[in-house]
Amino acid sequence: MPARPLYADVDCLSCHSDTTMQDANGKNVGVDANKFHAGVHGVLKCGDCHKDIHDYPHPDHPAKVQCESCHAGEASDLATSVHSNKSEHPCTSCHGNAHEIVTKTDPNSAVYPLNVPKTCGACHGNPEMAKKYHLPNVYALYIDSIHGFALGKEGLLVAANCTSCHGSHKILPHTDPQSRTNRANIASTCAGCHYGINEQYQQGVHGKAVAAGNKSAPVCTDCHTAHGIIEPTSADFRMQSTPICGSCHRDKFSTYRDTFHSQLGLLGGYVETARCWDCHQAHDVRPASDANSPIAPAHLVQTCGRCHAGANASFVQYQPHANARNRKLNPALYYIRLFMNLLLTSVLTFFTLHTVLWLIRSRFKGNGKLPGGKNA
Amino acid sequence: MPDSTAAPVAAPTPEVEAQASPAAPAKERYFQRFTLAQRYLHAVLFTTFLVLAATGLMMRFSGSIWAIRFARLVDGFGTILFFHKFCALVLSLAFVIHVREILARGVFRREKGIFWGPTSMVANWKDVKDLVGHMRWFLGLGPKPKFERYAYWEKFDYWAVFWGMVVIGFSGYAMWFAPFFARFLPGWALNAALVIHSEEGLLAILFIFSIHFVNTHLRPDSFPMDMVIFTGRESEEEYKHRRPDEYARMVAEGRSATRITDAPPKWLINFSRVVGFTAILIGLTLLVLTLSAYIAE
Repeated sequence: MPARPLYADVDCLSCHSDTTMQDANGKNVGVDANKFHAGVHGVLKCGDCHKDIHDYPHPDHPAKVQCESCHAGEASDLATSVHSNKSEHPCTSCHGNAHEIVTKTDPNSAVYPLNVPKTCGACHGNPEMAKKYHLPNVYALYIDSIHGFALGKEGLLVAANCTSCHGSHKILPHTDPQSRTNRANIASTCAGCHYGINEQYQQGVHGKAVAAGNKSAPVCTDCHTAHGIIEPTSADFRMQSTPICGSCHRDKFSTYRDTFHSQLGLLGGYVETARCWDCHQAHDVRPASDANSPIAPAHLVQTCGRCHAGANASFVQYQPHANARNRKLNPALYYIRLFMNLLLTSVLTFFTLHTVLWLIRSRFKGNGKLPGGKNA
Repeated sequence: MPDSTAAPVAAPTPEVEAQASPAAPAKERYFQRFTLAQRYLHAVLFTTFLVLAATGLMMRFSGSIWAIRFARLVDGFGTILFFHKFCALVLSLAFVIHVREILARGVFRREKGIFWGPTSMVANWKDVKDLVGHMRWFLGLGPKPKFERYAYWEKFDYWAVFWGMVVIGFSGYAMWFAPFFARFLPGWALNAALVIHSEEGLLAILFIFSIHFVNTHLRPDSFPMDMVIFTGRESEEEYKHRRPDEYARMVAEGRSATRITDAPPKWLINFSRVVGFTAILIGLTLLVLTLSAYIAE
């Protein structure tokens, strides 16, 4: 039979519509005609992508399809990204079967917001892969997070999926200053959704420090984590976050630990005690010297009064960070603690000695006439 | 159970005694040492103290594994704090009743022996001599002192608890009703309240669960437990041995017959054993937890 040009997909589909069709390497080369025509590429002809196939019989090993011949922008983004290795991350690894790709607004699309975590999770939920690239197993963390819950369980399209923070084609390592997940860019990335919170954060000491280039000042993810973000009013978050503030504010954390707030707070429960942000605010953190701060002297009665009904000017003289070990800062407390410690040690020392001597003497009392216990 | 010290009790007949206490040798006489009210007071005191100690330790050492585990079990510190406050109220009530009784007997009824004399809890010169004499006896330098109704270490126990309740109670209520107390206390007093409350509480816990337990219950003379605070009665032989001065005084005053009682019934002994050993066991457990948490801190 003489060779003739092949352009119409009907010609190709006369063979390839068998969806179980395999090539010499065992690779599936069947095409579901219905799905192909329903897809975003359904208007194209086979030859538009498989450019090296003109005739039948075609070569045994046709050239790889070059998506970038149309999608040049995405391809160049991808080339600079962490997924630049084409053989490890072909377009189809995210977009699925090339012959069945639908538009990203179609709920069946692999990159439809509700499906993104599962698509990324195919690799990033794999512990082997996580180990190989020294990545945390982010998929499980995300699924249990407030974002994962909102997206997966509540079906909220506005909830953050992987691409909301990382982007899609131009995913850069967080160490890259251009990366959306670079420390310097985290706040603006989160602000994409949490605009109001970012406004507050930028007013506070932390936001200002980051803006001034302080690399150690906290950004959103330092307190909220990146993937395992939990509801900030939940008991778990309240329990886990105080030590996070304490990892920088060590002296304040140590004195906080001496207080009733912390001692009870460590046990958790349905009644709450004050954590750092209850007094200092979470995002708009300001020093006491700032008149707008909740811990500014003028605001203390109001701030403490949120929990302690009836708090007055004397009550707010209570020092939530008093240091009983520091004679210069808290002399009264220092001497009270010293007195109590001396009382404790002297009483216990004297009576321990007294009791030990008594016990020894009781053993050597000879043939004791009264072994005791007769009161029974 | 009626309080048998209220009225003189005739010496029991041998049959009754044999029935009541088959283990005791025949003709052994018992003396009433504590009234029922005093025994109830001790029972309320140690029950609430055990709960206050357990819950207080969990709050003081809230970073320890056992505290966190228990808190999780009872759904947080709310429950722990509730029982702490509840027992504080019960103990406060017992304290008020006790002080009221002391005042009624000592001030209004002008009862002798409440504030001074050999039967008083107030320390006197004999206590100093007894302390020195006891220490000399420990070292083999002299005879054992003859103790009166309350020996010096028993008076110390009493006053330590008395002082402890005032100090711990006041600082505790100051924290509980902080905004109210802040009306007449400076703000730093609220800081001091926690320091005082926890240090004095620790002292009480360490003292009771080690010194008091050993001095009163676990030393060879009383081992494994001195039941007199539960049964209220002490055998004549033991009375002579432990409190020779009080025994001699009773005989001299001709009052010994008025305090004679029958041997404690078997059920009371068994009940006392169960309650007493449970209390001691809980106390020793708390002592171990306290010491381990203190060292780990």
